[in-house]
Amino acid sequence: MSGPIPPEEPRRSFLKKAAAVFIGGLVTLVPAAAGLLMWMDPLRRRSGGGAAGFTRITSLAALPNDGTPRKFTVFADRVDAWTRIPATPVGAVYLRRTGDRTVEALQTICPHAGCFVDYRPGARDFLCPCHNSTFAIDGAINDPKSPSPRAMDALPVELREEEIWIRFENFQAGQKAKRVVS
Amino acid sequence: MKRLIDWLDSRTGIRKLTHEALLENIPGGARWRYVWGSALTFCLFVQFVTGAFLWSAYSPGALTAWESVYYIQNEMTGGWFLRGLHHFTAQLMVVLLVLHLMQVIIDGAYQAPREVNFWFGLGLLLLTLALALTGYLLPWDQKGYWATKVATNIAGIMPIFGEEIQRLVVGGADYGNLTLTRFFALHAGLLPAGIVVLIVGHIALFRRHGIKAKQPFQKRDAPFWPDQVLMDAVASLAVLTTVVFLTLAFHGAELSAPADPSEPYPAARPEWYFLFLFQFLKYFPGHTEVWGAIVLPTLGLLILAAMPLIGKWRLGHRFNLAFLAALGAGAVLLTVQARRQDASDPTYLAARAQAERDAHRVAELARAAGGIPGAGAVTLLRDDPLTQGPRLFARHCSSCHRYDGHDGTGLAVTGSPSAPDLKGFGSRAWLSGMLDPALVDGPTYYGDTKFKEGKMARFVKQKVAKYTPEQRAGLAKVIQAVSAEAALPSQAAADRNDAQAILEGRELARSTFSCTDCHAFGKPDEDATGPDLTGWGSREWVVGIISDPTHPRFYGSRNDRMPLFLSSGQLDSRSIGLVADWLRGDWYGGSGK
Repeated sequence: MSGPIPPEEPRRSFLKKAAAVFIGGLVTLVPAAAGLLMWMDPLRRRSGGGAAGFTRITSLAALPNDGTPRKFTVFADRVDAWTRIPATPVGAVYLRRTGDRTVEALQTICPHAGCFVDYRPGARDFLCPCHNSTFAIDGAINDPKSPSPRAMDALPVELREEEIWIRFENFQAGQKAKRVVS
Repeated sequence: MKRLIDWLDSRTGIRKLTHEALLENIPGGARWRYVWGSALTFCLFVQFVTGAFLWSAYSPGALTAWESVYYIQNEMTGGWFLRGLHHFTAQLMVVLLVLHLMQVIIDGAYQAPREVNFWFGLGLLLLTLALALTGYLLPWDQKGYWATKVATNIAGIMPIFGEEIQRLVVGGADYGNLTLTRFFALHAGLLPAGIVVLIVGHIALFRRHGIKAKQPFQKRDAPFWPDQVLMDAVASLAVLTTVVFLTLAFHGAELSAPADPSEPYPAARPEWYFLFLFQFLKYFPGHTEVWGAIVLPTLGLLILAAMPLIGKWRLGHRFNLAFLAALGAGAVLLTVQARRQDASDPTYLAARAQAERDAHRVAELARAAGGIPGAGAVTLLRDDPLTQGPRLFARHCSSCHRYDGHDGTGLAVTGSPSAPDLKGFGSRAWLSGMLDPALVDGPTYYGDTKFKEGKMARFVKQKVAKYTPEQRAGLAKVIQAVSAEAALPSQAAADRNDAQAILEGRELARSTFSCTDCHAFGKPDEDATGPDLTGWGSREWVVGIISDPTHPRFYGSRNDRMPLFLSSGQLDSRSIGLVADWLRGDWYGGSGK
């Protein structure tokens, strides 16, 4: 019975085509949607590098009286996806005496693009090696042409007797507003 | 829009391509019996999509594979569903492939000019089975670990280069990080690439020779689009519906306990579609194994591959059909036999039940700890008294003691006990039983020990038996006082509530009931002959008596047959601690915690 194919009734043919496209689309969509749903899981989580609450960093006596900043490692329990790591380095902080019993804490992460900012003892300032932006000793932007959108991020400090405690937080880089991300 | 398509067409010839793809003529029109190839292609699409997303969360490493799969399964949004789709589509794909192969052979579609395409199809079947085999190991759970070990050991018995091949597959002499990275490279890289190449060839050859149309035609010829496309889409929908149904019914794919080379898993079995090979092997003991594992399966495959050539002879097609029938019947028979044997094997059933308990427990512990230690999830189970206690008890204690009448893991022990039943040791109930004249020299306490006629048993049988109700009330307080020494987590509330009675009981133990005539209680007593009641049943006390029952604080030289578990080297102090914690109900999720 092979031979020329007779034209089909247009409405019936349209229904068939629509059904084929619809079912084909549906079966394609289900596995892709299930995958996308899992892939977007990080958007509904808020955890990671930061330490919950205040963390003890060092004692007041460890800071020089002349206000020179010193770098300290911050230890905290960290949950990295499935792994739980107790008391592990989660970042670092510059601590600086601003008075007899006052201390300032600065994040070591540059607010521009997230590089690690160095303290330069000679110049008594901070230098970010990635784009050469410099910050004053109190973290303020030094250079009007600095690529950084904001000053270095200060962290909340508490003095508990002779001990220095801070709340360690990470902030969204690259934006004018200082927003906690973890 | 039309201009854009015109431009695209002038650069790529896409119109002609789509035209050719969609309007291919099907002699005799669209038919349901032509949907298998498309259903299989759809399966492959699902595997590529779900696999790529699973890849985004999977970490191939001995300390991270199980852990990341646990995270996918239990923490990530819809992760269990995605894993279930991947798992059950793989199963269905094997079924569809076998059906497709059977159809091709029965219809004689392997005959000229389609021989090469038949071989492409066989290649696709083998690659799919290789994907199933490699994928089974990736979660690095007990099931996959032990079952895959069997498979790679079979590679090792291959003649000539067997051991080298095994070492290359495994990535060394032992299973570990490299086994996973290598299996993963095969599973997500090499094998899928091979499948794509073969599929392109398979479809191209299929288009070249056209469909092997089934005579007689019932309808006129029709183009592929839309009738056959619609049928193919409906078939794909049926595949997806089945997979989603299975995923929901089983709540995704199973993830058994994390792989542990020190923990045997007698219930390890390959996936069900390999069971017939597994069962087949049982008929080849010792040195004949190479026949069952390699020679005969290879021979079977070669006959399959030779079918297009065999089919040229007068009776060739009939021979092929008979071979296919024998192969199918044999596989079904062996599978049923394997299932039956397992279903009536108590060791297998106990191992399955324990594996399920372990899988459940490790997830519970990971959740409780807020994450998995860096040393891997297997340490959660190794450090868990509830998991290890019963196993250690069964191995080292249950030849004399019982736990609620069994060996600790729930299995019955042949022979009668020759030492007390330790279920609830330290509790008021346990102590009350020991001070019960009807029980003290019975099988659950000192019935089969040399203390059956000892001072304590005599005291209970002669004195306690004649106690007045008033004395019994006093004894109850003594029991509360001594049991409070154990500080059992399950009794913490009762101990707090009865603080007054416990104080009185301590006093009564020294005075009216003269326990301290034989036992030390509250202070050291060098003349004591019975075990120390200070801290009786506490963790430290239980660890002490298991370590060395001949210590003067316990039985001294009067110790019956109990081994010195620590100094004899039968148990290390960590294991003794696990047994003690388990007996005392001191584990996560236990009563009072």
